Amino acid sequence: MAERLSNREGIKGMANPTRYGLERVAYWLQRLSGLGLLAYLIGHIYETSAIVNGKIAWDKMLELTQTIEGHLILTLVIGMCVFHTANGIRVMLGHGGIGVGKPGQPEYPYKAASLNYKQRLCIWVSIALAALAMMYGASVLLGD
Amino acid sequence: MAVVEAPKPSEESNTKTSSQPNTITLRIARSNPSEGQEPSFSEFQIPVQKWTTVLEAILYVKQNFDHSVAVRYSCRQASCGSCGMKINGRPALACYTKVSELNSNVITVEPMNNFPIIRDLAVDFKQLISNHKKMKPFIIREDSEVTPESKEFIQTPQDLEKFLQFSYCIKCGLCNSACPTMATDTSFIGPQGLAQAYRYVADNRDKGKDDRLKIVDDSHGIWRCHFAGSCSQVCPKGVDPAMAIQLLRGYLLGFRK
Repeated sequence: MAERLSNREGIKGMANPTRYGLERVAYWLQRLSGLGLLAYLIGHIYETSAIVNGKIAWDKMLELTQTIEGHLILTLVIGMCVFHTANGIRVMLGHGGIGVGKPGQPEYPYKAASLNYKQRLCIWVSIALAALAMMYGASVLLGD
Repeated sequence: MAVVEAPKPSEESNTKTSSQPNTITLRIARSNPSEGQEPSFSEFQIPVQKWTTVLEAILYVKQNFDHSVAVRYSCRQASCGSCGMKINGRPALACYTKVSELNSNVITVEPMNNFPIIRDLAVDFKQLISNHKKMKPFIIREDSEVTPESKEFIQTPQDLEKFLQFSYCIKCGLCNSACPTMATDTSFIGPQGLAQAYRYVADNRDKGKDDRLKIVDDSHGIWRCHFAGSCSQVCPKGVDPAMAIQLLRGYLLGFRK
């Protein structure tokens, strides 16, 4: 009820990447990959904690992850990790005011200087690096 | 859901006009939360020319079909910032958006998100104005340029350029409506307020930088911005709040003095 009265979009609106261009897609991917990496970290701690139960338990846990599904998840983790790092560096530099353009007289049709081609290029490079890393990871993990 | 059709233009009026009007469907969100009225849409078939703006289309509905549609507007030239609304899912000024540029025969207008609805398309700006005021949107210094013995404060064109762009803010609220943080954080200052804080911090006549930095350095302040850039995407005046926020954060991080 309160949500309806305040007319806030909530998480559904925050997580909708479709309406505001590439920068919003990058924001969405950054959040998604961050959550994915957090989930992986928790899973990873659970997996490696099996070692305290001895070699047999550890080998059993390893068997569980050495499957096609396990390798696909690891490939996804590689992609998330590379994108999150590369795009994170772009965002961190931007947060310090680096690469966001200089203030000036706005001219019609008012293209925002902070959403410049350097920022867009960095986003595409982050996506491309993630894709390349995933391809390499998949070839190592799934190849013969 | 009401569907109302426009009267067909007479043959005489058709021969007089050089451009034939198209007919579009205008879907207007209707609600009145204070009366407990559930949100719904009213549909109207209306004639438009290639230069018809969304605001003109809404006013056509008010004049010809249903005068009870609630919409706030004033200048009709993107100067007052009154007619912000969601047009086909994206915040925009109704007076500054031509129907023809939307490339759709169905146009849906809804109240801006992240603002409480008063009725239909009119939203409550209380929080935006209160956050704007919180940023102390005036020059802070002890001496004044209006006393008889003093001169005006000198500024070079370069000094002016550092903040001029951000002073074009018309407080339409589109940036706050598009912001993903505003969608979930009810206490966030918002891109409008933060951009205005930078406007005065960057003004070399102002001496209130430390005060303002203290206000924005808050858990619901500047650190909640994640540079999604949606505020700058929708700004109708080229203010670029995303840039202002990142430059303002530069002061807090020590990149700027």
